[in-house]
Amino acid sequence: MDLTYTPEQQAFRAEVRAWLEAHVPSAPLEHFDATREGFEAHRQWEKTLKSGDWGMVTWPREYGGRGLDLIQWLIFEEEYYRAGAPGRVNQNGIFLLGPTLIEFGTHEQKQRFLPKMASGEEIWAQAWSEPQAGSDLAGVRATATRDGDDYILNGHKIWSSRAVFADWAFGLFREPGSERHKGMSLIFFPLDAPGVTVNAIKKINGHVGFAEIFLENVRVPAFNRLGDEGQGWHICMATAGFERGLMLRSPARYQVAAKKLAALWQAHKETADPALEADVVRAHMNADAYALNIYQTASRLMAGAKIGPEASTNKIFWSELDIHLTQTALSILGPQAELTHEAPDASPVDWIDDYIFALAGPIYAGSNEIQRNIIAERMLGLPR
Amino acid sequence: MDFTLNDEQLMFAETARSLFADSSTPDHWRRMMEAGEAIDPARWASIVETGLTLVLLPENAGGIGLAESDFALIAQEAGYVVLPEPLVESAGVAAPTLAALAPDHPLLADPAATIAIAHPANPYVANADSAAAILLHQEGEAFLATPDQVTLTAQPSIDPFRRLFTVEWSPQNATALGKADWDLAFDRASLFNAAFGLGLAQRAVDLAVDYAKERQQFGKPIGSYQAVKHHLASAQVTIEFAKPVVAAAAAEIGTRDVQARARVSHAKIVALEAADKAARASIQVHGAMGYSWEVDVHLFLKRALALTQSWGTPAYHRARIATRIFTQPMGPDQTFAREADNA
Ligand SMILES: Cc1cc2nc3c(=O)[nH]c(=O)nc-3n(C[C@H](O)[C@H](O)[C@H](O)COP(=O)(O)OP(=O)(O)OC[C@H]3O[C@@H](n4cnc5c(N)ncnc54)[C@H](O)[C@@H]3O)c2cc1C
Repeated sequence: MDLTYTPEQQAFRAEVRAWLEAHVPSAPLEHFDATREGFEAHRQWEKTLKSGDWGMVTWPREYGGRGLDLIQWLIFEEEYYRAGAPGRVNQNGIFLLGPTLIEFGTHEQKQRFLPKMASGEEIWAQAWSEPQAGSDLAGVRATATRDGDDYILNGHKIWSSRAVFADWAFGLFREPGSERHKGMSLIFFPLDAPGVTVNAIKKINGHVGFAEIFLENVRVPAFNRLGDEGQGWHICMATAGFERGLMLRSPARYQVAAKKLAALWQAHKETADPALEADVVRAHMNADAYALNIYQTASRLMAGAKIGPEASTNKIFWSELDIHLTQTALSILGPQAELTHEAPDASPVDWIDDYIFALAGPIYAGSNEIQRNIIAERMLGLPR
Repeated sequence: MDFTLNDEQLMFAETARSLFADSSTPDHWRRMMEAGEAIDPARWASIVETGLTLVLLPENAGGIGLAESDFALIAQEAGYVVLPEPLVESAGVAAPTLAALAPDHPLLADPAATIAIAHPANPYVANADSAAAILLHQEGEAFLATPDQVTLTAQPSIDPFRRLFTVEWSPQNATALGKADWDLAFDRASLFNAAFGLGLAQRAVDLAVDYAKERQQFGKPIGSYQAVKHHLASAQVTIEFAKPVVAAAAAEIGTRDVQARARVSHAKIVALEAADKAARASIQVHGAMGYSWEVDVHLFLKRALALTQSWGTPAYHRARIATRIFTQPMGPDQTFAREADNA
């Protein structure tokens, strides 16, 4: 065990820091879920990142990455959040689909899709959920019918984050007549293809953050299928592992939030309930524990281990710590807590928005109830 | 940066695990409780023979001279069997403290001798009656006395394996050893009790998992019901996020700066919270069986309770973390930061 950074890792941190200091936009961008302009401003930022070769640091160079290891990825993420750089509009692509493509895709597929993902040229949505298949994803009804070298897609997807503005989606489709986990394939489709209709759905904060997607005889080449025909469920679970386990929520996000919370407490402690200091300390502890856990996981993966069902423990931990942290901020703010960022008296950090977003954490990426089932059955070995 | 255990450490933990698994079974606990014993001479002999009492003792005092990371693994395994003997306090805390003052002390030459420690953090001294000697504190100075040189008043603990005493003594009847490093002793005790707590927690979950697979209600094992699963999954999440904190605290304790102290405190708080949460979940899953003397879960609950309040209360440890937060830089580049680097 060696909990110090090597000189190379420190030099890498300095390099990332210097680049970000020179390039992070001075004014925050409009949220990518709020308007088309906000979305496009973020796409522009992705292109800027790519110009410095920071699009997706862990991918191989030939696919638009930098070929770095997981500890370097963590350092990159730490500097990224420290610099207050814009949120990654292409997170479904780079963090979820990307690693899955690297594991299961052919060389041609990687060449076709990864560099454009890393550069923000193509921004991705995840089209798994359906109105009748949420937690029970094996119940998806959307179909992919083979027609020569093509598939014809039909069905109805929902809750697809950022699909309103995105370019591509990856979805789970089944061979007509197949049931449950069998006969599923993971297939990519352009969101502007003939037969695709995307309707925005407003989230509880009023943003058009997700959408429903109707597919009517949408034709895509079989090249767009990731992995073998019928292997979709298996691949999907690997993606879910990335989503819950590592990539979706890097610890730096919560460490920055815990730091802001400590500053908020310092500013309000003369008037706020003194008991809240324990919650401020707890928020730091949780963010720290999450960071340590991820460093440990990254070290284990680099030593050859594979991510297992313990990924589900991460998802529960970060979603719960996020709610606790943002709720503590609201308690410190008192009556100011309910003000939106437009209010003249609003706090400079939009805690209420962060809190509202945190509430989605236990639902998306597989609800926490489902994660607890996975932990109980696959980690602890309890009967189904 | 490499946050993994090496093969030697894994082997070490494995040795301790199998030793404890063989010698510290529920039957043993029952027999000891009935006899009112806190030490099983045969088990203690095998612990001594395996060298576990020498792990943290420096080489100049006849020890193996390994580090806190290594001893923490043993403490964790000891927690898994709610080890009655005072291995942690004697070999992990008192003996190294004595060795730093008097490496040639004859007590240290006997690896079977246990040493109790009357640290100012604790009003009650554990296992003072059976100790070969008690390390005593007065104004930063350390003294050593045998149990018959002091007056011990038994203060029975809810934990049947913890024998607590208040100690009255006078420096005339004790050997003065000079200024001791009470802070390091405190940090080690906090850390190893955290590691012990991890073991307690995991065993409480494992006992409940075994029971939930067997016990049937409404025609199926209770472990197939979600409410039961979720109790245990939640406890397991708490354990998983205490583990790396304990590991980091063990690796950093030697730095002895604000961050290292905060990590030790963090470890103590969350590992014993995990133990408490797991023990309570385990009792719930066992139903009335869990509330009975017959089923062993209460031993894990009681030790968790005892260790939570000794060697610094949660409030005390929280204050040390607050000090780290409000006097040192925070943020994502500070996970492994040191006070010296930020000075
Ligand atoms: C902000 C946000 C973004 C999202 N983005 C995407 C996206 O980009 N792409 C996409 O495909 N999907 C997305 N989703 C959808 C998300 O994956 C689903 O909402 C989630 O899987 C739950 O499915 P559901 O909404 O149909 O709820 P349901 O499955 O109907 O569940 C409702 C409630 O019942 C509980 N429940 C269901 N089954 C069980 C069970 N077996 N045991 C115990 N409890 C159970 C659930 O935990 C939940 O509390 C997003 C959701 C949110 C909130």
